[in-house]
Amino acid sequence: MRVLAAMSGGVDSAVAAARMVDAGHDVTGVHLALSKNPLSFRSGARGCCSKEDAHDARRAADRLGIPFYIWDLSDRFIDDVVEDFVSEYAAGRTPNPCLRCNEKIKFAAVLERGMALGFDLVATGHYALLERREDGHTSLRRAVDETKDQSYVLGVLDQHQLRHSAFPLGDTRKVDIRAEAAERGLRVATKPDSHDICFIPDGDTAGFLESRLGARTGDIVDESGEKVGEHEGTHRFTVGQRKGLRLGTPAPDGKPRYVLGITPVTNTVTVGPRESLRVARIGGIRPTWAETEVHDTWRGFAQVRAHGAPMAATISHRESQRVDEEPAVWVELDEPTTGIAPGQAVVLYDEDRVVGSATIDEAVPA
Amino acid sequence: MRRTYLDHAASAPLRPEARDAMASAFEVVGNPASLHTSGRRARSVLEDAREDLAEVLDAEPAEVIFTSGGTEADNIALQGGWAGRRAVRPGIVVSSIEHAAVRETAAALSLRGARLALWPVGTDGVVVPGWLADACDDTTGVCSLMWVNNETGVIQPVEEMAEHARSVGAWSHSDAVQAFGHIPVSFRDSGLDMMTISAHKLGGPVGIGALVVRRECGVGPVQFGGSQERLRSGTQLVALAAGFAAAARQSARVGVDAEALRLGALRERVVAAAAAEEGVDVLGEGVESSPAIVNLRIAGARADDVLMLLDAAGIDCSTGSACEAGLSQPSHVAAAMGLGTGASETVRFSFGWSTTDADVAHLLEVFADVAARARLASR
Repeated sequence: MRVLAAMSGGVDSAVAAARMVDAGHDVTGVHLALSKNPLSFRSGARGCCSKEDAHDARRAADRLGIPFYIWDLSDRFIDDVVEDFVSEYAAGRTPNPCLRCNEKIKFAAVLERGMALGFDLVATGHYALLERREDGHTSLRRAVDETKDQSYVLGVLDQHQLRHSAFPLGDTRKVDIRAEAAERGLRVATKPDSHDICFIPDGDTAGFLESRLGARTGDIVDESGEKVGEHEGTHRFTVGQRKGLRLGTPAPDGKPRYVLGITPVTNTVTVGPRESLRVARIGGIRPTWAETEVHDTWRGFAQVRAHGAPMAATISHRESQRVDEEPAVWVELDEPTTGIAPGQAVVLYDEDRVVGSATIDEAVPA
Repeated sequence: MRRTYLDHAASAPLRPEARDAMASAFEVVGNPASLHTSGRRARSVLEDAREDLAEVLDAEPAEVIFTSGGTEADNIALQGGWAGRRAVRPGIVVSSIEHAAVRETAAALSLRGARLALWPVGTDGVVVPGWLADACDDTTGVCSLMWVNNETGVIQPVEEMAEHARSVGAWSHSDAVQAFGHIPVSFRDSGLDMMTISAHKLGGPVGIGALVVRRECGVGPVQFGGSQERLRSGTQLVALAAGFAAAARQSARVGVDAEALRLGALRERVVAAAAAEEGVDVLGEGVESSPAIVNLRIAGARADDVLMLLDAAGIDCSTGSACEAGLSQPSHVAAAMGLGTGASETVRFSFGWSTTDADVAHLLEVFADVAARARLASR
């Protein structure tokens, strides 16, 4: 098959491309240029946007003897990922830009362009497994390496996208991938993993948001609505956060207080005790389905963070999704949990198989 | 798979004559600046090359200054030409379609106090006639206009520019990198004060070029050292100069006119094929062009995708101008010609000594399919 290998310049995508070559596919490497003003060199933990990363990807492609190109997707990336990130925060939600990038860039813009150009599959270095049935139906499963499993950030992919994807690393542990890269003579074998958000070069998310949204002072209130402090911008907070509240008035019971909610309209942050963070029911909007046949109500697992634990739950969804975005998916957790923030994705699993995902809109207290 | 190289304007394959000349010259021991027998032998090889090149260029050997390539020659012409008279002549005029070696140098000089004027081009890719009369005056130090545009192949009115510059006392310069070897070039007749040429665009080695400087021109050096090439310091490039001269001699032996006819016929076939294709236009159609360059705008297709598909089909061509990340920027030339978003839809094919009928046939065989698929991918 003709395979388009997305190569970030890191070790994972280099080995993924190498494995596709070994499997006998006709592989072409592409590096996605996502930044308008790429830094010359890698800095800190950023691992995909500098010219040095593009160079690393090119050298891996040279080593594999495959054609290599750079695709400039910076316009799409700014519109669909960066601006979305900023506006989600402005709306008091907590977005996951990596997930959004997979949904809108890697497995949408890139995949569609690749297919139009005659490619059959897009291969990436994500840690996840794909299980293909005879009839082409493709299921997304968790990777063998639980600590590296990325099925959560791929949870937004639908059946069409999964059918045209390849994740060659899902059956291997990360340490073995590094060893394999070294055996293959890939210079990126020892390159550090990337962390954080690639478009915030210094890792200062609050500073980045402030430069975009400005700092607007507002009130911190308790659950009764009484003012207990002031903040310098709601974007500095996420539900479940404890640090950085700088509250003048101690809680009556003397216990630590957490962010319970953010209300952009009134520019207020609501705080309260840990118990009030407990959530038993999650309402999700904009569902996407990896699987084609989903029961109206079923027992499964819900995961709300990239490396969060799967939580047993009863999941139900309605077919008709109204324009006003009333939650279309409801997740009843067996055990209440804490720190559910609107804007996060809830990914729904049947054992280790992704069934679908939704964007969290409501968190109903226990 | 058959590979068809249609990117001579980026770098032409090395001519066998140049390779042989360098193989011999690399055997020569010594620094041409040394006074002993070995040094004199090296010097002799270098000066033979200079004289041969001067003859092909219709210039005096003393006017030929070897440099590391076109970029260095352009830098000396602009920086060195401007610096000496900057107090009384702070002006620099360059066209808006110059190669980065001229454009970026001019931009850097504007930060050092040069008053920069950009000569606009029309939609046909030729600089606007008559514009220079107002822009280039007795406060202009250097005026630079490329002979053949590297992206469109459109020939520019260099002699008129030189004549006007002379009338106001400005130094005239032309980057003739894409002209030399492809269209008739006579330095003497051009009226230019300075002219840039490069070896690897006509089948010589990469790493050597020359600035041809009229004796009366007061351009100064921009970097300092032993002044081995008068305006250019550094140990002289004996073997590369021998390769450069051999390539130029071979080009002259074949004959620029005869070669222009041959390549022109190949270009015509591409132009005709483009005309037959809906939404494909030739940049600079209807004006005088180099027979070695043809630039097609494929409306509704990303040039990047066209390049990738042609590459997969075995054909090398180029888009806009590649930046250091390997990312192709929309062509500044196409943009200057008013193409707007169409500047990202242009693909250049360029020919030279090794280009054959079969090469062009290969391109035409796959072109329609590639254009159609690329359009599909950008929807």
